[in-house]
Amino acid sequence: MSLIFPTKSLEAFPKHLTPGYKSTLKRSPTKPLMIIPHTLSELTGPVYGHNAVQEGDNDLTKQHRGEPLGERIIVHGQVLDEDRRPVKNALVELWQANACGRYVHNVDQHPAPLDPNFTGAGRTITDDNGYYKFITIKPGAYPWGNHPNAWRPNHIHFSVFGHSFVSRLVTQMYFPGDYLFPFDPIFNSVTDEKARNRMVASFDLDNTVPDWALAFKFDIVLRGREATPLDNDDHH
Amino acid sequence: MSEITPSQTVGPFFAYGLTPVGRCDWDPNGTYAWKNSVESNLVTPDVSGSRIRIEGTVFDGDNKPINDCMIEIWQADAQGRYASPADNRALPNSQFKGFGRSATDKAGVFAFDTIKPGAVPGPGGKPQAPHIVVAIFSRGMLRQVYTRLYFADEAANAADPVLTMVPADRRGTLIAKKEGGEPPVYRFNVHMQGDNETVFFEV
Ligand SMILES: [Fe+3]
Repeated sequence: MSLIFPTKSLEAFPKHLTPGYKSTLKRSPTKPLMIIPHTLSELTGPVYGHNAVQEGDNDLTKQHRGEPLGERIIVHGQVLDEDRRPVKNALVELWQANACGRYVHNVDQHPAPLDPNFTGAGRTITDDNGYYKFITIKPGAYPWGNHPNAWRPNHIHFSVFGHSFVSRLVTQMYFPGDYLFPFDPIFNSVTDEKARNRMVASFDLDNTVPDWALAFKFDIVLRGREATPLDNDDHH
Repeated sequence: MSEITPSQTVGPFFAYGLTPVGRCDWDPNGTYAWKNSVESNLVTPDVSGSRIRIEGTVFDGDNKPINDCMIEIWQADAQGRYASPADNRALPNSQFKGFGRSATDKAGVFAFDTIKPGAVPGPGGKPQAPHIVVAIFSRGMLRQVYTRLYFADEAANAADPVLTMVPADRRGTLIAKKEGGEPPVYRFNVHMQGDNETVFFEV
């Protein structure tokens, strides 16, 4: 499998310095990034066997003695590359707030209850079709200190591995129609509307399980496409 | 226009999901009720090569340590082979995976136990000096930044095809200094901004 990773694809990404998101001010490079050729070091990446995850790691509602509070949901989709080919055996990790918008992280002290039956972390490996599936609870919105009355839209954090170390992706999945979208500098750090909407899951009635859980579909497209002779000159 | 999914920040609360056990001391018990998928110790029982420890601190633009950072490293084995299907040369030694992950602790310090990588082929078949690819994630970073770690005691640095592209006065930011100890510690501090700003790569 010969793949290339055009840096042009990165145009969909937010800029490192996005002043509306204040923490970027002191944590973004000030000098231009150096463009380097893709060597074996960039074109290779870690592979995960199924031993990285255990049975049930993708069901966040079953990690404790009781059931967590909140709306049970199914979050599922495919991990694909830029040629829409499934990325199989990809490690997909997620973490999120509970239904009240509170993380179990010790630093999160916002006055909303913790749920003793919910940690909010899960992981899975994609199958041969690049397919993954989680069962979880819809996370709540939560306040943060970025600006007066700042609230994050409901979101689930995702971490995904692709074909190479340069296709590594950490992102956030949002829910359709969130009224907080216009006010969130992290969501809007992606300035292209089409690209931004690729972070929004779609409500999936077909996979909604009657009397049990709503489903949301979230496909994740990673860098990487098949090399053609023409592309080979474009490795930069 | 590419159709890839945009990057978003890892945020301040990734620890219980991505680095729940180990250096993360954000939990009073030192450990969240979850398990690591990736370790900061890459050393496998029968791995060949010389053992090293990599330690460093990540600093923000005010020169303050960043205590909610996640560092990932990717490296070849001691023979310069990657444990990846995209490296179709001989298989890497033992179960060495070459991939590690460490959170920074409250002092902004990360650490890896690993082996020194061998030389890896570079552009035009010229060897690259031993190096480790480093990706840094944190709150305030909407996408990861990439850099490379080279070793101060490698003569091959002088001819490395990537290192020699870097202006001479900034090259030092990519070179880990060797300290004492057994196994030896290589110190690799990262400065996001300032006079010492680390060289970051667009890859
Ligand atoms: Fe969050």
